[in-house]
Amino acid sequence: MVVKTLTGNYAVAYAVKLARVQVVSAYPITPQTTIVEKLSEMIEKGEMNARMIRVESEHSALAAVFGAASAGARAFTATASHGLLYMHEVVWWAAGARVPLVMAVVARAIGPPWNIHVDHQDIFDQRDSGWIIAFAQENQEVLDLTLQAFRISEDPRVYLPMMVGLEGFILSHTMAPVDIPDQELVDSWLPPRRQPYVISPDTMYSMGNIAPDEDHYMMRYSMAAAMEAAKQVIDEVDKEYGEVFGRSYGGLIECYKCDGAEYYVVITGSWAGDAKKAVDSLREKGVPVGLVRVRFIRPWPRERLLEALSGAKGVIVFDRAVSMGSVGPLFADVAQTLYPLGISMKGVIAGLTGVDVKPGVFEEAIAGFIKEAEEGPVFVPSEWLLPRKYRGKYPSIPREVIAR
Amino acid sequence: MTVNLKKLPDHKYVMPGNAACPGCPETMGMRYLKMAYGDNFVMVIPAGCSSVIQGIWPKNGINAPVLNIVFAAAASAASGMKAAFDMLGKKDVQVVVWAGDGGTGDIGFQALSGAAERDEDIVYICVDNEAYMNTGIQRSSLTPYGAWTTTTWTGKKEHKKNIPLIMIAHGAKYVATATVGYPTDFIEKLQRAAKIRGFKYIHLLAPCPVGWRFDPAKTGEIGQLAVKTGLFPLFEYAEGKFQLSPLSRRYKDPAKRVPITEYLKLQGRFRHLLNKPEEIKKIEEYIDSVWYMIDVLEKAFNPQAEAQKLLRTL
Repeated sequence: MVVKTLTGNYAVAYAVKLARVQVVSAYPITPQTTIVEKLSEMIEKGEMNARMIRVESEHSALAAVFGAASAGARAFTATASHGLLYMHEVVWWAAGARVPLVMAVVARAIGPPWNIHVDHQDIFDQRDSGWIIAFAQENQEVLDLTLQAFRISEDPRVYLPMMVGLEGFILSHTMAPVDIPDQELVDSWLPPRRQPYVISPDTMYSMGNIAPDEDHYMMRYSMAAAMEAAKQVIDEVDKEYGEVFGRSYGGLIECYKCDGAEYYVVITGSWAGDAKKAVDSLREKGVPVGLVRVRFIRPWPRERLLEALSGAKGVIVFDRAVSMGSVGPLFADVAQTLYPLGISMKGVIAGLTGVDVKPGVFEEAIAGFIKEAEEGPVFVPSEWLLPRKYRGKYPSIPREVIAR
Repeated sequence: MTVNLKKLPDHKYVMPGNAACPGCPETMGMRYLKMAYGDNFVMVIPAGCSSVIQGIWPKNGINAPVLNIVFAAAASAASGMKAAFDMLGKKDVQVVVWAGDGGTGDIGFQALSGAAERDEDIVYICVDNEAYMNTGIQRSSLTPYGAWTTTTWTGKKEHKKNIPLIMIAHGAKYVATATVGYPTDFIEKLQRAAKIRGFKYIHLLAPCPVGWRFDPAKTGEIGQLAVKTGLFPLFEYAEGKFQLSPLSRRYKDPAKRVPITEYLKLQGRFRHLLNKPEEIKKIEEYIDSVWYMIDVLEKAFNPQAEAQKLLRTL
């Protein structure tokens, strides 16, 4: 074990090296680029035994690692924002083919206008594709989650590709001390690659020719079943990782200050750290509030959330993405999960396009929600928390429609 | 090197139950591919007729392992497979892309260009039936001048994009043209390509009875006529050396070429221009330009040529 001060992106690169990835392919995009820069360096210096395919686009990057993985190699790519959107077609193809793969997604806003700062819109755009999708909060978790991703994706109960999300700049370019596990320990914990089939002259398998609609339907069904099974695998892998490496995170969700809580914040990503500060401050003031950090967006941790929130009086959800014309994607899932509880719920749209949300802003929003909920049932699917300089100057959506 | 078809392995190359149309050039081509490469290759197939020809899951009408992939990504997926085989100690496995003209010259062009520039050690075969046949005969950038398609009702107004030339300009290690009309020529080229490390591109002209509107018994004949009229010269460019294939050498002399109308009149897609001499003249001028280019390439890419210096800059 070595402790190094690493950016989130370098933490990804070290994990990929430790996982003994054999084929890497990527295309540059801010804020992802330093991941593949580091991997290129490791490969060219001979520190890592892998092939680097420097492709001409993200569509090709994912297609190349998909090809490599289909042929039996452990493969990795990374991207962000427009790059992720550009490879969207292959995202679906890789999941449907049930080929284990790992991709880091350094979350970034989508243009226009050009903007390299963080929000979660890019990663949520992949929500329905059939990938396991996770979000880290800190650099250490980035490394641990990336290692775990290979184990989860290649588990025979799962056999689905996995995205590891980390926030652009907030994690990707910010340095923090990271424990790098010993290679021997990783080797003893991470088994050789497993996958459902290999396309090769030895196997004579083919993948992807036309199937009858009924059979195609059942392939979709089996993906849904694998997603369900993945819930247990994710919790197991995280627990076992803790036993071997001394760090675990709660699996699908992390509960923060849940003991004695009556109200909860639900959130995902690294801005959960700022929300936790708000929870700390409110707790000091005697407000009974806890926080649930959703670590895995897919599979959706329905059972774990219901268990954690069963005694809640109200839940406020912070979304750093929005489904235009509807609500925040995290809120939509929380609301359908907690529907049977009939408790107060509010969805807040904030932090889009890199707008910073400080602990004080979280605190104000959380305290305001609790005050409203104490007075009577609250159900607000989406409230836009505007940037400070615009606050109070525009009517809120959807209570009044902006028509000018 | 001469190929004797009788001496090639006796496989079932394309299986009964495949979904190809009668007279399909693609199944002909696949048969020759398997004759050349035996059992030690995988195919990467993007969207197109060949996705359908495989027939219905869980069986596959092609007697080879196939990775089907999205339309624009064939060359990239093949690059990844080759890298994996190298890493896994299976360096002798040939990775073959089998893509249509749209998957090569239009939507897949960026990936193709990338793979050629990276000099990926794969064999890329463009099976050129000169339109989007699988979706119902729509124009592609490789549809020839004058051809009717369902998106060019009065005939295409532009000439065909010259992909083999573009591949030579990429510095590809091997570029060749072939047609299903001359199987042994195609098989010989496949075998020569297999011996070269780096990026190999073979442009296979594949006359399509459905889209070109001709009698399905004439697929081979029309492929041969494309060569005999001089419209589609067969050549080979290997590691800096360009040469016309023996089958095309005599057609360097315009007097020996079969009149282009013999080729056009067999195909319904050209019916509307048969009585328009000015249109025929345009196609004849195009053939002249094709041969001018052949002449330039022969002069530029031979071991003695000064232009070898040019090659080194590619």
